[in-house]
Amino acid sequence: MSNIPENLRYSKDHEWVAVAGDVATIGITDYAQHSLGDVVYIDMPRVGDKLNAHEAFGSVESVKAVSEIFIPVAGEITEVNDGLNDTPEAVNNDPYNAGWMIKIKMNNPGEADAMLSAAEYEEYLSASA
Amino acid sequence: MRYIPNSPEERDEMLAVVGLSSAKELFRSIPEDVQLGRPLNVTDALAESEVIAAMEAMAAKNTAATKPSFLGAGVYSHFSPTVVDHLIQRSEFFTSYTPYQPEISQGTLQYIFEFQTLVCQLTGMEVANASMYDGSTAMAEAYLMAQRVTRRDKIVVATSVHPEYREVAATYTQHGAAEIVEIAFDEQTGLLSDLSALDDKTAALVVQSPNFFGCIEDLQALADAAHAVGALFVVVVTEAISFGLLKSPGSCGADIVVGEGQSWGIPMGFGGPHVGLFATQEKYVRNMPGRLCGVAYDKNGNRGFVLTLSTREQHIRREKATSNICTNQGLIALAATIYMETMGKKGLQEVAMQNAQKAAYAKQQIAGIDGFSIPFSSPTFNEFVVRGPRPATETLESIREKGIIGGLALSKYYGAHDNDFLVCVTETNTREQIDSLVNALT
Repeated sequence: MSNIPENLRYSKDHEWVAVAGDVATIGITDYAQHSLGDVVYIDMPRVGDKLNAHEAFGSVESVKAVSEIFIPVAGEITEVNDGLNDTPEAVNNDPYNAGWMIKIKMNNPGEADAMLSAAEYEEYLSASA
Repeated sequence: MRYIPNSPEERDEMLAVVGLSSAKELFRSIPEDVQLGRPLNVTDALAESEVIAAMEAMAAKNTAATKPSFLGAGVYSHFSPTVVDHLIQRSEFFTSYTPYQPEISQGTLQYIFEFQTLVCQLTGMEVANASMYDGSTAMAEAYLMAQRVTRRDKIVVATSVHPEYREVAATYTQHGAAEIVEIAFDEQTGLLSDLSALDDKTAALVVQSPNFFGCIEDLQALADAAHAVGALFVVVVTEAISFGLLKSPGSCGADIVVGEGQSWGIPMGFGGPHVGLFATQEKYVRNMPGRLCGVAYDKNGNRGFVLTLSTREQHIRREKATSNICTNQGLIALAATIYMETMGKKGLQEVAMQNAQKAAYAKQQIAGIDGFSIPFSSPTFNEFVVRGPRPATETLESIREKGIIGGLALSKYYGAHDNDFLVCVTETNTREQIDSLVNALT
């Protein structure tokens, strides 16, 4: 069973969002990391990039595949987890903490509220399983 | 691949199996009005002896291969040891294509790995790919890679880069975002000096050294200027023999080194097939185009070769691939590898030294002829520009009548250089040939 923390919001593309005011921290879910397998590289955006909701902000490369990662809410990148350059496995080992990928200043914090709750995401996963 | 002929009976048998009465019916899905409707205009079958005679007559027209030639300009006459051609014609090498099921082709991967290693050692770079089509397309890929790395689109390229390379790169990148800005060389030195085009929008400064005029650029100074505005420094090398003598581009601050490997044992062959070199620093490896072979160890500790970072490539990433180069110039890269390994470190130094010395002798002799001069003051490797007393096309025509190919008239590419021509001297030019060139010019 996937780990789905209560306090986060989720997208159907398997990204999670932690909201603090108008700042959102974004990563991929435990389910996503498990499906990808061992992550070896994360191609990240740069600080200052402005992205629309559902645009690809980078890609996660695992041993045999590359998957795009989508930004669930529109905003400007304010911080990128550079630590993942050296320890991409953090995405596998600790997807909700050390494995965070980007922080953004949201254009419209309300967008995050419209995302799935933990319960809804869990339901979504079991429905699509 | 073996040629397997089939008899008329066998053809009838195959047609019967697929339910047709003639081979023509195989083409019935092609509308009548676009079919040729007559046999191809090809000679009837000839006897083997007649084919040989016809090919020899054609080959005899290739005068450049037999006359003393001082033509370089991107394709160079060098001696290739017999072992190169002998080994590449082994069927294991000769018939195999770029490995799509790579790990069963250990021999192929091993020579690719050796090729990459040698390219790294000679360019002074950290990582090289399995080769590109040729020098010009490698340069075009360097433009694209610099755009990816810097997220900028302005490419500043010197007009002293091979004119045909610039043309190919412009064609190759024309539908992308690249904004190509060409900057002039200094007419006194033949080197790049005015770098005012560099700015904070510049993705790359692209320089050839030795440049098209044979002049050796001050790479470190140019690298510093490129890096000062956050641009990548791309060094283009058309004469790979120069690596044996000159300071490597990598040690002078190059971020990407591209070039042509034809000089490493590959025949001139009317301009191809040749082999493109592409090398960079490890930090940029994920933005590098092309195949990449690495070494790995299995669970028993045995060494093996594998394709590495394939996730950049289009057979996995489709339209998101780093580039559309998903192949390499396998056989030619093999020939280059065998050449380098046969020559060895000392051999590569020796041949480079011979080129430089013979060219220096020729340059000095020609400069002493009445009416002739050397317009560019900077040091050169095995090519240099000569300024004559009349249009270079006329000068070259007059010595061609004496049986010597004297070089390339710069007017073909550079408008204001009517009397100038580019002379190349390699280890294949004897002193007698050089003296006969000097006599012919006098």
